[in-house]
Amino acid sequence: MNDVPMQALTERKLKIVGTRPLRPDGVDKVTGRAKFGADIHLPNMLIGKVLRSPHAHARIRSIDTSKARALHGVKAVITAADFTDLPSEFIPAGEMMVNYRDMTRNILAREKALYEGHAVAAVAATTEAIAAQALKLIEVDYEVLPHVMDVAQAMEPDAPLLHENMYTIGVEPTPAKPSNIAKRVEFSLGDIAAGFAQADVIVEREFTTKPVHQGYIEPHACLASVSEDGQAELWCTTQGQFVVRSFCAKLLGMELSKLRVTASEIGGGFGGKTVVYLEPLALALSRQACQPVKMVMSRTEVFQASGPTSGAKVWVKIGATRAGRITAADALLKYQAGAFQGSPVQPGCMCAFAPYDLDNVRVIGYDVVVNRPKVAAYRAPGAPISEFAVESVIDELAQRLKLDPIELRLKNAAKEGTRAAYGPKFGPIGLVQTLEAARAHAHYRAPLKANQGRGVASGFWFNIGGETCATLNLGEDGTVTLVAGTPDIGGSRASLAMMAAEELGIPLENVRPVIGDTGTLGYTFLTGGSRVTFSSGMAVVEAARSVVRQLRERAAKIWEIPLESVIWEDGCARALTGEGGKPKELPLAEIAKSAGKTGGPIVGNAAISAQGAGPSLATHLVDVEVDRETGKITILRYTAIQDAGRAVHPSYVEGQMQGGAVQGIGWALNEEYIYDQNGRLENPGFLDYRIPVCSDVPMIDTVIVEAPNPRHPYGVRGVGETPIVPPMAAIANAVEHAIGIRFTELPMSPPRVLKAIDDKQAVQA
Amino acid sequence: MAKHHVTTTVNADPVEFLCTPEQTLLDVLRDVLYLTGSKEGCGSGDCGACSVILDGRLVCSCLVLGVEAQGRSVETIEGMASGDELHPLQQKFLEHAALQCGVCTPGFLVAAKALLDRNPDPTETEVRYWLAGNLCRCTGYDKIVRAVLDAANVMRRS
Amino acid sequence: MDYRSPGSVQEAVTLLTAHNGAAHVLAGGTDLLVKLRGGFVAPEVVVDVKAIPQLRQIESDARGFRIGAAMSCAEIGEHAALAAAWPGVVEALNLIGSTQIQGRATPGGNLCNASPAADSVPAMIAAGAVCEVAGPDGVRDVPVENIVTGPGRTSLARGEFVVSFRLPRPRPRSGDAYLRLIPRTEMDIAVVGVGVALCLDEAGLCTHARVGLGAVAPTPLLVQEAADALIGTRVDAAALNALAAAASAACKPIDDKRGTVAYRNKVAGVLARRAAQIALERARGGHG
Repeated sequence: MNDVPMQALTERKLKIVGTRPLRPDGVDKVTGRAKFGADIHLPNMLIGKVLRSPHAHARIRSIDTSKARALHGVKAVITAADFTDLPSEFIPAGEMMVNYRDMTRNILAREKALYEGHAVAAVAATTEAIAAQALKLIEVDYEVLPHVMDVAQAMEPDAPLLHENMYTIGVEPTPAKPSNIAKRVEFSLGDIAAGFAQADVIVEREFTTKPVHQGYIEPHACLASVSEDGQAELWCTTQGQFVVRSFCAKLLGMELSKLRVTASEIGGGFGGKTVVYLEPLALALSRQACQPVKMVMSRTEVFQASGPTSGAKVWVKIGATRAGRITAADALLKYQAGAFQGSPVQPGCMCAFAPYDLDNVRVIGYDVVVNRPKVAAYRAPGAPISEFAVESVIDELAQRLKLDPIELRLKNAAKEGTRAAYGPKFGPIGLVQTLEAARAHAHYRAPLKANQGRGVASGFWFNIGGETCATLNLGEDGTVTLVAGTPDIGGSRASLAMMAAEELGIPLENVRPVIGDTGTLGYTFLTGGSRVTFSSGMAVVEAARSVVRQLRERAAKIWEIPLESVIWEDGCARALTGEGGKPKELPLAEIAKSAGKTGGPIVGNAAISAQGAGPSLATHLVDVEVDRETGKITILRYTAIQDAGRAVHPSYVEGQMQGGAVQGIGWALNEEYIYDQNGRLENPGFLDYRIPVCSDVPMIDTVIVEAPNPRHPYGVRGVGETPIVPPMAAIANAVEHAIGIRFTELPMSPPRVLKAIDDKQAVQA
Repeated sequence: MAKHHVTTTVNADPVEFLCTPEQTLLDVLRDVLYLTGSKEGCGSGDCGACSVILDGRLVCSCLVLGVEAQGRSVETIEGMASGDELHPLQQKFLEHAALQCGVCTPGFLVAAKALLDRNPDPTETEVRYWLAGNLCRCTGYDKIVRAVLDAANVMRRS
Repeated sequence: MDYRSPGSVQEAVTLLTAHNGAAHVLAGGTDLLVKLRGGFVAPEVVVDVKAIPQLRQIESDARGFRIGAAMSCAEIGEHAALAAAWPGVVEALNLIGSTQIQGRATPGGNLCNASPAADSVPAMIAAGAVCEVAGPDGVRDVPVENIVTGPGRTSLARGEFVVSFRLPRPRPRSGDAYLRLIPRTEMDIAVVGVGVALCLDEAGLCTHARVGLGAVAPTPLLVQEAADALIGTRVDAAALNALAAAASAACKPIDDKRGTVAYRNKVAGVLARRAAQIALERARGGHG
């Protein structure tokens, strides 16, 4: 698809795109009819359950499943021995990379259990009670090993070693001894030493963040049914049915075409459902039993065994002239990956300083393994952590320079043509617009009382494109079925249907979007990277334009005039007759009705590798109040301002901004994994893993700015991830302005806040 | 352990089922009656996705035993619409885009209905505190609260 | 596991005694079902006490109130007379969990689950509640502060269970209040909980006070020293400071996933002062 001239993007008169219709799948969702991962039952179904390691780090000497197998009602038992040991191979899963050798071990432990909750064996039985009993009969001989939970400790030379074959990639020369440091990455531009030499003011800080979970309300769930001839159906809650197919086929040694994967409705993902946990186990159990096997994680298992995002240590140093021009920026990121390599330290490095136009910048990152569940993607993976640190230092720099924090950002803002530290030059981006909108917003001028403070922070995420298919099938009554391949986690099928209806010129109600399974559509990469409205949208538009062309061809054939004389307008083919007579017109439904006679079914297909996903930038404003006697922070007011390129359905763009902001509020104030000294998780539930509740937050005001992305036919930018990037720094900055204390450790929970207040008072006394 | 025979009312219909004493009302609704609209998000009463109304009282069905439904009346999300007419709350959730993934939506709708049955004119604060037992991770709650307040308006006027 | 639903106190006592410690009372179920699912308890039989009339009613007369131990928090909150007489107790009960939890949770369960952080207990202690306990040897009275003996442990003997809570009619010019500190605004287990009840004479002098603390020791505490800091004073700033100091000093907390020792000590004092101020306003406001 060619770039769209900016004028065309901004001047095109749209009838549907940009409005707020009801989503087509909405009624099923508000009546409880929609089927999520655990909502399906099949005849003859077995229940599968997983036995998990109680130890954070242990060698597995032996596993004896004989007593479990002998239990009446148990139809299948598996361990790692039932899976081939795959060699190391990296492949993309969303915005992260996964490794097949590691994946084989994560789904079922082989040599070692590497975290509490690591799956060690699984059973399938006729009832849940029998399956639970069977787990108790499996005997595992563990040799408990010392464990390490903290990223800094794991980097020490004498730290307990998780993988004997881990030699740090990215250092020269390759180390002689293995360690827990999987990788080192570096991005740089210019000369930071020279840059710092030019600075009048330098601020340097170290930050600590904890692992936080995506917190989707629906636990992982799937139902696998393998037939006696090895053909298999898998129903699962996932962000990517094609990716699940790829992973499972590889893990089970199946051909792709034998495995048909259907994505259920998904109850939240945020990146956490881009990998597999139960799916290969359910397939293996079903293959053994030749009966369908249903597996659902409990909430405890979700926290113990599915991937949160990294905790990290981040050091940032920024120098600027007195006039407010940043001359150098340096950062060191140490991210914990959990038990296997692959933290999002690389995107964290790439995004850290991305909102700024810098000549001299360096970011170094380390990917470090620890005895915790393997990290998975979480909304803008890696960026919230590094940008929390950078946006906090920018705020402190603004204070030292006596500049308004928005002014400082405007003086250094990335624009079209800015070169990012990680390589590319930006096309048109909307950061300046969001900063100006923030400065002009009533929120920025509202008065504050004692113990209240206001914070600003900006955020960047690059978004992705990727392999995407879409099909538009025209029914003989002129209504359209749109088959997309990207599961709908946020309401995106509405936007896709809207773009199709806009292109075809027909009412939205005449387009029914469905999410196809792997048997009904070409390969489509997963929902993630804020790519659906962008990539599936692009594919849908291409398919729609193909349909329009076919409709024009049929009309031309019926009218016996050249194709060039037929235009498509308002859902009709119209002939440019050039004579004084009445112009000829054929509505879509008419052409559809006679399609069989004019050449056959009218189908539009698109199979693309979407390129040109533009970054989305945001600026957030937050007011807080701090109770100095208890350390409790209250969010008084929140405004999120973000560049959407073009908001196809503004309500769902707003929804992404609000949802991401509130996740960020949780990350800032209360969310963290709490482990005891044995490496056991003390808060694997929503009681003590504290995500924001309805009464914790005010209304989240939103402002959508549009700096259209010329690489998309409607100017769309992905918006889903950027909203989680600014909140933590915005809140930390607000707290600093409220009580004069800068928090560099998250979360800012009441005990930590009160201690800092009391320590400061003690120092002042 | 032999199963208990339970006679109850679900969404105004008489219902009979068998269940073990350990099965929760949520287990029964989903796995015995196939009413999968109520969801299990946590199994411990911390997320509200399993909310139902039991004898007029908003409860988490994961914290009620199936046997305790004997002789009681249970209202679930499946009973909220009347024929093909959506309840005003359901309609307003759609209009306000108060759902994204939709898995918490049944719980919120049942909880909001219980609120408006009791308090037809709640303030924003009252709505937020009443719904604090329903977790949503997608929306940040903004549009949910607006939808509930708008539905309350509509219901008061009719 | 078996499920039984006795219709009388006697029947319940018989069931609880017969199963030799392997029987568990089921009231609201909001704690028990979580423990069952988590595998922390595995009773032979669950004895549902909600069909026993004495546990499912609230009586009020000149002497005071008798609250059935299996009344739900929501039902108790709707009892206007009780809410007017003992707002601190009723508010405490209505802070437990969420709206859904309050639809089922009961004062009997909240007390006998014996969490040090139970929300209703400090308020009940401050109010001077007395439990009526039924067992194989008949019915006996136990002040609420003597029920919990440690985390998850009560002084109830085998076969005993709490039938009701008695609260006296409040004295003239008295007020009670309960405050707790939680990291969010709802849903959390209390990191610190404080119940204060006090009574003034016609001259505005405090003649009577009781202070209960929760989540700061292995059991909820009745803190005499904290009450003594108020009695005989006008509950002025100096008295409130002394109250706060006494409350902090009485704490024997631990560091856990919800709070630190230092935090609990400090905040117990802060909340004691704030709760006393609310109780004082209620006392002065013609309450009681």
